[in-house]
Amino acid sequence: MAQTPKPEELAKIEHSPPLMEGWMDRPVEIREGFYCYGAKGKNLAAVGMPNPRDWNPADEDWKLPEDWKEIVLDGFKDRLDRFRSFKLFMDICVRCGACADKCHFFIGSGDPKNMPVLRAELFRSVYRKRFTTAGKLFGKLAGARDLEYNVLKEWWYYLYQCTECRRCSLFCPYGIDTAEITIIGRELTNLLGLNTDWIQAPVANCYRTGNHLGIQPHAYKDMIDFFVDEIEEVTGVRVNPSFNRKGAEILFITPSGDVFADPGTYTAMGYLMLFHYLESMGLDITWSTYASEGGNFGFFTSHEMAKRLNAKMYAEAKRLGVKWILGGECGHMWRVVHQYMDTFNGPPDFLEEPVSPITGTKFENAKGTKMVHITEFTADLIKHNKLKLDPSRNDNLVLTYHDSCNTARGMGIFEEPRYVIKNVCNNFYEMPSGTIREQTFCCGSGAGLNAGENMELRMRGGLPRANAVQHVHEKHGVNMMACICAIDRAALTTLMEYWVPEVQICGVHELVGNALILDGEKDRTTDLRGEPLPGMEDMEEEEDV
Amino acid sequence: MNFIISILFSGIVVSVLVLIPWVGVAAFDLRFLFGVVVPYLAMAVFFIGMVARVIGWGRSPVPFRIPTTAGQQFSLPWIKYSKIESPKGNGGVIIRMLFEVLLFRSLFRNTRLEYRRLANGPKLDYEWEKWLWLAALMFHYSFLVIFLRHFRFFMEPIPGFVHILEKLDGFLQLGVLPVSGLNVPSVFLTDMLLMLALTYLFLRRIYIPQTRYISLPADYFPLFLILALGLTGILMRYFIRVDITAVKTLALGLFTFKPTVPEGIGVIFFIHLFLISMLIAYFPFSKLVHMAGVFLSPTRNLANNSRMKRHINPWDYPVKVHTYEEYEEEFRELMIQAGLPVEKQPEKVEEQSEETGEKE
Ligand code: SF4
Ligand code: SF4
Repeated sequence: MAQTPKPEELAKIEHSPPLMEGWMDRPVEIREGFYCYGAKGKNLAAVGMPNPRDWNPADEDWKLPEDWKEIVLDGFKDRLDRFRSFKLFMDICVRCGACADKCHFFIGSGDPKNMPVLRAELFRSVYRKRFTTAGKLFGKLAGARDLEYNVLKEWWYYLYQCTECRRCSLFCPYGIDTAEITIIGRELTNLLGLNTDWIQAPVANCYRTGNHLGIQPHAYKDMIDFFVDEIEEVTGVRVNPSFNRKGAEILFITPSGDVFADPGTYTAMGYLMLFHYLESMGLDITWSTYASEGGNFGFFTSHEMAKRLNAKMYAEAKRLGVKWILGGECGHMWRVVHQYMDTFNGPPDFLEEPVSPITGTKFENAKGTKMVHITEFTADLIKHNKLKLDPSRNDNLVLTYHDSCNTARGMGIFEEPRYVIKNVCNNFYEMPSGTIREQTFCCGSGAGLNAGENMELRMRGGLPRANAVQHVHEKHGVNMMACICAIDRAALTTLMEYWVPEVQICGVHELVGNALILDGEKDRTTDLRGEPLPGMEDMEEEEDV
Repeated sequence: MNFIISILFSGIVVSVLVLIPWVGVAAFDLRFLFGVVVPYLAMAVFFIGMVARVIGWGRSPVPFRIPTTAGQQFSLPWIKYSKIESPKGNGGVIIRMLFEVLLFRSLFRNTRLEYRRLANGPKLDYEWEKWLWLAALMFHYSFLVIFLRHFRFFMEPIPGFVHILEKLDGFLQLGVLPVSGLNVPSVFLTDMLLMLALTYLFLRRIYIPQTRYISLPADYFPLFLILALGLTGILMRYFIRVDITAVKTLALGLFTFKPTVPEGIGVIFFIHLFLISMLIAYFPFSKLVHMAGVFLSPTRNLANNSRMKRHINPWDYPVKVHTYEEYEEEFRELMIQAGLPVEKQPEKVEEQSEETGEKE
């Protein structure tokens, strides 16, 4: 694995591309630290993907089928016919450059091919050559070039340096969404078995075991039982979650990262405590081991794979006979649930329009898909005064909030999480306006890029986010950043260790868990992480003695 | 190919496009060709080309509802949602599109990255940058006004709006060219703005390293073409006067489909006419199709209501999934050991398999 440079080194970024060179004249250089390992043959075969074999992106030979060019070009043509977005975005870019310095990967790397417009031009150039008259006639003069082995490699290298965050699309005067081009471009690479293993292994796992990490049902339950013990230790209250329970009113689905990776685990504890608190008020909810993944790495592979993995949510809701689905904190899961699920696998006519059993609120905005975001659910509870909260238990935290790209620009959920945070914490500060809400910066590791071997890329891509955090850290003493995304919780933790080590990451429902006053709880001395609560620092030490 | 070659290439092509009618009319007197045939051909290419383009886009469906949400979604009744940036229905979408098309809303968001390395590490700022937006707005609106003003030549009597536009546009009566003795007509603001905006857009393209790097000949060419078009127009209006009555006769003839080519129109007019013909003929094959394309952009023209209303994918097809039954089949033993409910008990597999999967 490549050594990741130190922050001082990495910060030497040159944003001006070479003066006298055309971008087509610079062949791609596959650099260590920027790419993820190739998908393993067994993981490709597990879900019936084409060309299953082990391969290494650093090798000259990617072990492609003989007719790879036809496969890609036919796939290209096919997608032009199936996606207006793709076709339109191939045609209407004016190269105004408004999107150029909006991509966190360009900002952090200075690599001109990470400008969204150029990332897209990698494809447009071939599109012109193959599918437009001008390109066929005038070639390079018309900005056209043919699909060569090297061009394919260039595609691959830059497709997997885009986190599909859509920040570029916000600034484009025509709404050109390079994320959409990346999504479709990745579909093309997957026709040749050119996925990364960091995406393909979770896909294979999720297909079989229901979640990305390949956790089998008993282990999933074990892990949650472990949280139950932890919660009891902190609060003295034993919560009692149920699994795969038929006849429950609500099915709860969250990313498996919350169950298996710190600090997401504390968020999972927060969910468990909230559900327990609401049980006596009429909440009837179950977890599932079959639909034990909210996230969907299939979405980083192809639309078809996204649909195949997503199918479990409705299938399980139907099998269990629940009325509606509640979804945990996750970014791309919510992009898929909000913008794709009903189209993929609906209509869910076996479910009912979601109604909060506690407040009676009808979630009108989810009446079709029948899946509610947990911060919508919790914000509604707080608004109706249904939760006893002690925000001072979060007083040792000075918070800021990171809008995840997917929930920001692919859903528009901004106020709900902020409302929850402001009700469970006393110290909250926003990052600068150009870096939050719809203009939020990616964690740098989304869309399946949160591997270890591409760490330099991730730290570069996360620089704009980290820099905004550093700003509020220095200005307001922020020491904790909340988010509603499982990938963020893992990725931002690493990012902060690298750029702003004084700041930690948490989920919104971890904060809820800390503030929530459970019936019959003991005097809490620590938060869910086992850190002493404000004013309890001395007691901890005494206990330790 | 570097930017100098791109600029040279585009410059040469535009120069040739100026020379063709010049030589054609001045040396060979091909007035009918350049006055009638070429404009008609160009118009035909434009209309057929644009219609084909739009139909081509329209043929590809929009399988998923993928608006870029730029504001708070509609959710709980007490949370104020962003009706324009995250519209929940078609009304909001229409307003969003109007903002986009008429005011270039997204471009207005533009910022400029300011990257510095300080002693304690890198510092990123996103600076105010509305010049591109301003220049784009100036360019497009000037072009529109100039185009509308030209109805003076296409219609008889001259429509009222042309008079109004000319009044507004010429209201400055600039002291810029106060040489009254030379019989210079009133100066139109839009002429100046158009040239200014074009110059800015060109300079910006080569001055900013990133745009310079991404620019193709296809980006310089329309700029130069429109510059040349504007220059010939300005020349004609202020310096090399042509016989306006004759020009109007020709233009009216074109528009009423009774083409005639009166005598005495200067070459400069034919150059101007040829350049506009080339521009509109070039339209459907170039990035200029953004004019029509922007209306079809799925990240802008769809409502953010996909959890309320099911969006249909016309080419949806069934896919292979891993069913619960297959899952339980693999993990049944482990599930039972862990106390998880299962559909089938292993010892009773035989008898139960006859029942349907749906049981209590
Ligand atoms: S902002 Fe849009 S039109 Fe401008 S260069 Fe980027 S993708 Fe092209
Ligand atoms: S979607 Fe995000 S990562 Fe991809 S090109 Fe656009 S800004 Fe960059």
